[in-house]
Amino acid sequence: MPEKRTLFEKVWDEHVVCVPERNPSLLYTDLHLVHEVTSPQAFDGLRMAGRGVRRADRTVATVDHNIPTEPRGTPILDPIAAKQIEALQKNCKEFGVPLFDMDSPDQGIVHVIGPELGVTQPGKTIVCGDSHTSTHGAFGALAFGIGTSEVEHVLATQCLPQRKPKTMLIQVNGPLPKGVTAKDIALGIIGKIGTDGATGHVIEYAGEAVRGLSMEGRMTLCNMSIESGARAGMVAPDETTFAYVKGRRFAPKGAAWEKAVAHWRTLPSDPGAKYDKVIEIDAATLAPFVTWGTNPGMVVPVNGRVPELAELKTDADRAGAQRMLEYMGLNAGTPIEQIPVDRVFIGSCTNSRLEDLREAARVAKGHHVNAKVRAMVVPGSQSIKHAAEQEGLHKIFQQAGFEWRESGCSMCLGMNPDILQPGERCASTSNRNFEGRQGRGGRTHLVSPMMAAAAAIAGHFTDIRTWQFN
Amino acid sequence: MNPFRVHKGRVAPLYRANVDTDQIIPKQFLKRIEKTGFGEFVFFDWRRRPDGSLDPEFTLNQPRYKGASILVTDKNFGCGSSREHAVWALADFGFRVVIAPTFADIFANNCVQNGVLTVALNEAETAEIAHRAQAIPDYELTVDLEQKKVSDSQVFTANFSIDDSIRHRLLNGLDDIGLTMQYEKEIAAYEAAHPAIGN
Ligand code: SF4
Repeated sequence: MPEKRTLFEKVWDEHVVCVPERNPSLLYTDLHLVHEVTSPQAFDGLRMAGRGVRRADRTVATVDHNIPTEPRGTPILDPIAAKQIEALQKNCKEFGVPLFDMDSPDQGIVHVIGPELGVTQPGKTIVCGDSHTSTHGAFGALAFGIGTSEVEHVLATQCLPQRKPKTMLIQVNGPLPKGVTAKDIALGIIGKIGTDGATGHVIEYAGEAVRGLSMEGRMTLCNMSIESGARAGMVAPDETTFAYVKGRRFAPKGAAWEKAVAHWRTLPSDPGAKYDKVIEIDAATLAPFVTWGTNPGMVVPVNGRVPELAELKTDADRAGAQRMLEYMGLNAGTPIEQIPVDRVFIGSCTNSRLEDLREAARVAKGHHVNAKVRAMVVPGSQSIKHAAEQEGLHKIFQQAGFEWRESGCSMCLGMNPDILQPGERCASTSNRNFEGRQGRGGRTHLVSPMMAAAAAIAGHFTDIRTWQFN
Repeated sequence: MNPFRVHKGRVAPLYRANVDTDQIIPKQFLKRIEKTGFGEFVFFDWRRRPDGSLDPEFTLNQPRYKGASILVTDKNFGCGSSREHAVWALADFGFRVVIAPTFADIFANNCVQNGVLTVALNEAETAEIAHRAQAIPDYELTVDLEQKKVSDSQVFTANFSIDDSIRHRLLNGLDDIGLTMQYEKEIAAYEAAHPAIGN
């Protein structure tokens, strides 16, 4: 064990159960999050092999991907989706896994409710059959997405054989400029290192701009780690982290809290610890970004233009770009601010937390959604929805012409009825602009919540740095 | 899981970079609760026109690639979502091997779990295979996991490296969960020494 260890190495070392001969380390999982889409085949596998869930007490389930965002109680019209939700209900009951179901006041996107409930904590290993599990790394946890076979593996054994990933430090120096958010840091990084720039690595985000982020912002940043190919993203826990966790339902209490915090304080990387790769970014070079293509690495500042092919970095990018422009219905050289939008989606595990909604509402206040645009706000969880309503955010949105919906993944991936029609163009606060992600033929541009709200009102992308706030 | 030792099969090229799992199996098919039957939906939005008919332009629809069991593609294949449905769909469609310069991590893990071999060759080798698969009718490759070698019946050969434990598991078709369960004693000892903090 090296004397000076990174945050990742400390969490990793603490969770190695054993190193079997000719096999990778067996890593213990403290928390397993489960949702309806990637779990039914795993529970079936358990049943077929006559196995149980080893630690139902370390497993938490919710429904999020498939569920409608119409008022709760509306029947689920899609029979296959309904069957999948029923399957999770049945499986949780049979195997004793706690489920935050449709009618629960704690239901929400799995990566939103983990932190809210306080089950997400520094230093934990957290897995989920979902690539955006990286979100939980914001707390200094080691959190990564797994496939369904691995879901079954964790249900049965609470462990996973894992090869140790490499480490990457991304240091964002200096304070964030005005109008630039955690989402823009994430997009800026992916734009710089590409969608496979961090493959095989666990990223640690550090530097003044990252330290200055709230927990919500850190979650947004870590959430998109997978979009650069990273296994996970992490931020060292600090006072901001502890203040967020403290008092939450499943957070340690009393003496256990003191003990936990004392431990969590030992987790940040030792000064001088070595990383396999180090990337430095000057926060002053970041801007409110907009993606123009069909992967999250195709990023330009809002005051820029759709790039010419010659401006792209690699051959593969150039080869793919022509196809992207056609799919997106864009011409090279078009100023981003001249691109009109049809739809706006504010939501997803990237940007559906209270802070995101507050920022979007601040933009929307006293304005009205453009007549040609349909805009929806989908809170990440029932408790966010409730909190936002307590503050009157829903009124601001509704008065401005935004739809205010129930919590779920919604148009982030359009498994429920919230989808784009072919050719529709959407400013979205989600994390993926892949072809067809939000509906076949749909055109997705990734932006921050403020930028999305502004686009809804202007009817086209617009630079939030020049916005008229009321 | 069936052991994987040597596989010979026809090669289909889908030479694009960053093919994401949303393309391999679009979300509308993730609602199924079975593991089987995903093959007909593989690359759905690329294979089929909006009216549902097969698009004859798309590579995998061309009669010459029918029955191909080796897919050759460009870098970062399988990026995006963790959906194992992507691998179920590829395998159900008949693919046992995917060759590319690089793969996304979760996708590659999911392949191992389903006995699908991901072979990482360098860009020149991958491009050469894609080229041959386009130029030579019924182009076949032999993928030998024991020798860690890919070759055709002519002059092309390439060696690949693969994690030893993955190779061992594939060669023997081992059940991953069963392997872990052999360490029950160690897991129980770990749990005893690390009572949960908080919950
Ligand atoms: S909000 Fe989107 S990215 Fe997040 S878990 Fe749901 S579908 Fe996945």
